[in-house]
Amino acid sequence: MHETRTISLTVNGETSTNAVPVRQNLVDFLRNTLGLTGSHVGCEHGVCGACTLEVNGAMVRGCLMLAVQADGAEITTVEGFADSGRGADLRQAFVDRNALQCGYCTPGMLASALEYVEGGGVADRSAIREHLSGNYCRCTGYQSIVDAVCDVIDGRARS
Amino acid sequence: MSGPQTIFDKPNTYIGKSVPRADAVRLTQGRGKYVDDIQLPRMLHAAFVRSPVAHGRIVSINVSEAKAVPGVTAVFTGADFVGQVEPYVGVLSHLAGLRSAPQMPLAVDVARWTGEPLVMVVASSRAIAEDAAALVEIDIEELDPATDMERALDADAPVIHAEFGSNLAWERLVEAGNPDAAFARDDVTVVERRFRFGRHTGVTLETRASVVEYDPSERMLTYWYSGQAPHMMQFILAKHLGLPEENVRVVSQDVGGSFGIKIHTYGDDIATAAAAKILGRPVKFVADRLESFLTDIHARDHVVDGRIAVTADGKIAALAFDDVTGIGPYSMYPRTSAIEANQVLNLTGAPYLIEHYRARARVVFQNKNMMCQYRAVGHPIAMAVADGLLEDAANEIGMDVVEIRRRNLVRDDAYPTVSATGMKFDDLSHHKSLDRLVEMMDYDARRAEHARLRKEGIHRGIGLVSMVEVTNPSPMFYGIGGAPIASQDGTTIRLEAGGAIHVSSSVTEQGQGTNAILAQIAAGVFGVPLDRVKVTTGDTRSTPYGGGTWASRGAGIGGEATLQAAHALKQQVLEVAATILQSTPDKFDIVDGHVVDADGGPPRMSLSDLARTVYYRGNELPSDLSPELVATRHYRVSDFPFVFTNGAMAAEVELDPETGFVKVLNFWAVEDCGRVINPQLVDGQIRGGVVQGIGGAFYEECIYSEDGQLENATMADYLVPMAFEMPDIFVAHVETPTKTSVLGAKGAGEAGTGGAPAALMNAVNDALRPLGASIHQMPMTPERVLKALGTV
Repeated sequence: MHETRTISLTVNGETSTNAVPVRQNLVDFLRNTLGLTGSHVGCEHGVCGACTLEVNGAMVRGCLMLAVQADGAEITTVEGFADSGRGADLRQAFVDRNALQCGYCTPGMLASALEYVEGGGVADRSAIREHLSGNYCRCTGYQSIVDAVCDVIDGRARS
Repeated sequence: MSGPQTIFDKPNTYIGKSVPRADAVRLTQGRGKYVDDIQLPRMLHAAFVRSPVAHGRIVSINVSEAKAVPGVTAVFTGADFVGQVEPYVGVLSHLAGLRSAPQMPLAVDVARWTGEPLVMVVASSRAIAEDAAALVEIDIEELDPATDMERALDADAPVIHAEFGSNLAWERLVEAGNPDAAFARDDVTVVERRFRFGRHTGVTLETRASVVEYDPSERMLTYWYSGQAPHMMQFILAKHLGLPEENVRVVSQDVGGSFGIKIHTYGDDIATAAAAKILGRPVKFVADRLESFLTDIHARDHVVDGRIAVTADGKIAALAFDDVTGIGPYSMYPRTSAIEANQVLNLTGAPYLIEHYRARARVVFQNKNMMCQYRAVGHPIAMAVADGLLEDAANEIGMDVVEIRRRNLVRDDAYPTVSATGMKFDDLSHHKSLDRLVEMMDYDARRAEHARLRKEGIHRGIGLVSMVEVTNPSPMFYGIGGAPIASQDGTTIRLEAGGAIHVSSSVTEQGQGTNAILAQIAAGVFGVPLDRVKVTTGDTRSTPYGGGTWASRGAGIGGEATLQAAHALKQQVLEVAATILQSTPDKFDIVDGHVVDADGGPPRMSLSDLARTVYYRGNELPSDLSPELVATRHYRVSDFPFVFTNGAMAAEVELDPETGFVKVLNFWAVEDCGRVINPQLVDGQIRGGVVQGIGGAFYEECIYSEDGQLENATMADYLVPMAFEMPDIFVAHVETPTKTSVLGAKGAGEAGTGGAPAALMNAVNDALRPLGASIHQMPMTPERVLKALGTV
């Protein structure tokens, strides 16, 4: 149980090498070892979506992947998106629409919404709702989140 | 109320404007600070061994193997905390007759619900603590459990606390007029229904969490927690850990959802504080999702037999009901688990003119997790019983459900009034709200469309609710009964040297936007741009004393304290300005961070000039002028036990009789929360609340086996509303400011959760009625709908 492996990976553009317990999941490693506390832990079994982050270009659940599986991977967390400016319009739309209350689901919700927007998703409320149905939000009732995503898609289409 | 009534017309007021929340920006960047983000030097981590049975005597506990695991610092059993922690009992003196047994953070001799903490392991990491917890050996002799609340009072039911002789925790009867005679009249139609409301829970996305640091050199305990009521926790920790109150500091930073889950005293949290004190090292405990389902307070769990009598012209002749509710093995500390039943007694039928009324509630112990206050305490039961009976009765006598409400709702010009249950109401707008609702949803056209669609085999339904909501509670809610829960709140505002203001308030922020609306009020009333306001909440060391945010009190109570403090600070500043500018205070105003002439004109001096003069160059001021430039005001509701709000809501659903699935097509909510400070934030509260109400109505249920095992304690098995199933929700406001404050704000946080289930149940029954079926059980799962239809 206490066995470790050494992994090297690039997180938000910075490369690091660490010995990690083989049983540790990725989000715990990012939070506890690298101090990237923006990714949140809500259920630890892949249902709530709070730990959604990008691994090698795909949005995945940080709680369903072991840290050792991320050896050699390129990872972007909410902190990385904020630092690089990627999805800045989406974050602004979340603020403008108040598409967050407590903010705990927000990093994961933003990641899933970004996946939809960057994947060419259209401003169809039902399709947006379906795409975001792996991310649990207890506060907003989702409507303002859908509004924000529509705003971004419309805004990108105009520019 | 006396005060600055003109503040709402000022050019620089932010009250009533949908300005974005300052907090939202950092939360979108991953810069939130939640409890689990805290890392302290030498910090240890706790894990708990919990009872695997609903009722059992602890015969022996062997922790030797667990203690031997490398990295384990300590292992505590219930017995280890005896003498370290003073037991707590969840009773209040104003709930006469309520009884509960003393509780300890870890069960000492008998475990009384599945998931009750028994043993605590403290180790260098959570993983190691869990490894060691798995090695604890506990021998438990199983006892017969009393899980079914409907049988908990039977003569042969196992008695959970032998000293009480039965499982009855509390009972109250409310009676007004002569209900027996009213029901016996020969000109009334009587409708009787049995309602069942399942247990559900809050499912805050951030689970309960605490980090506790104890410094033995100063006997100082610091408790970071994800919670709503820091000063209450300060009292509780001090009392039960034997510390002076001033030696306990409680801090709530970002809170990942609370909804009432995080205002209670949980054994694992108290154990974490006790362990930190004993060990002299910081200890962190973060509940995992399984622990949350097993131990976060559950809500509802009622069976209600209700009766209504209506005359042929639709007047309510009498209303009566009998409520049984199961609260788990103890009444929760310190707010008690009788408040919900009490609310049901007080609020059922409250929007209507009812002369003859009888209500009984029995609150019973059972071997399940504890039930206590969760968002919209008692409201969903009260509203669903009254409006469910009313709509069924309307259909019995062939009257439209809007019309029957118009004939019974208390007139908008009748206030102040007192209800049959003794509740004092003022400033309500039931008729205006209902009219607005009917207009917004295009009621008549929708009814006609449904009739047409029904011929095509499409089964749609409309259901309504007229509701009241308890907000802005006074000392009559908890304080009067001896609870360490402040009913007043305070705000301190100081002028900074740079001309900005700093607001610190005892109400708290859990995402609803408390900090934002305090800033809006302060900026507008005092006269600075919104970005020159900083807000501190959630720290007993640096905020005035107060109750925190629950029962929809943040805006109404904290907001009024902030308004008064901002006004007082402004008077101070104008006095200084008048001295410097050699005039009188009434000649000046503060606009956009500058002192200006009251009758307009260019700025006379900036606030930073004024503040720097006071702080740095006091020599320029007359010696008899000693400005404070800081003002504190406290506020409590004193004329009423609560400031009630009202609303009207409607749901439109489509039923598939083949599968039993119900789709919510539309939802409309009209809310009168008095003065709206930030429409966008209020709408967010309404919509989020409605969606929690939809959860309770259709999805959410803590399913227990007969022997008291929680069978769906994962997020995959316990269904919560997700984006795809939710409708867009249309919100409108009627604004009837409360006269109890200058601000005029009432609460809005619980309306949706309190009202939506009733409207949804009525809508489903409207769709079922032509099929000869009805349902009065929540959640209205497909299986239950099919059973109602008689197809399974």
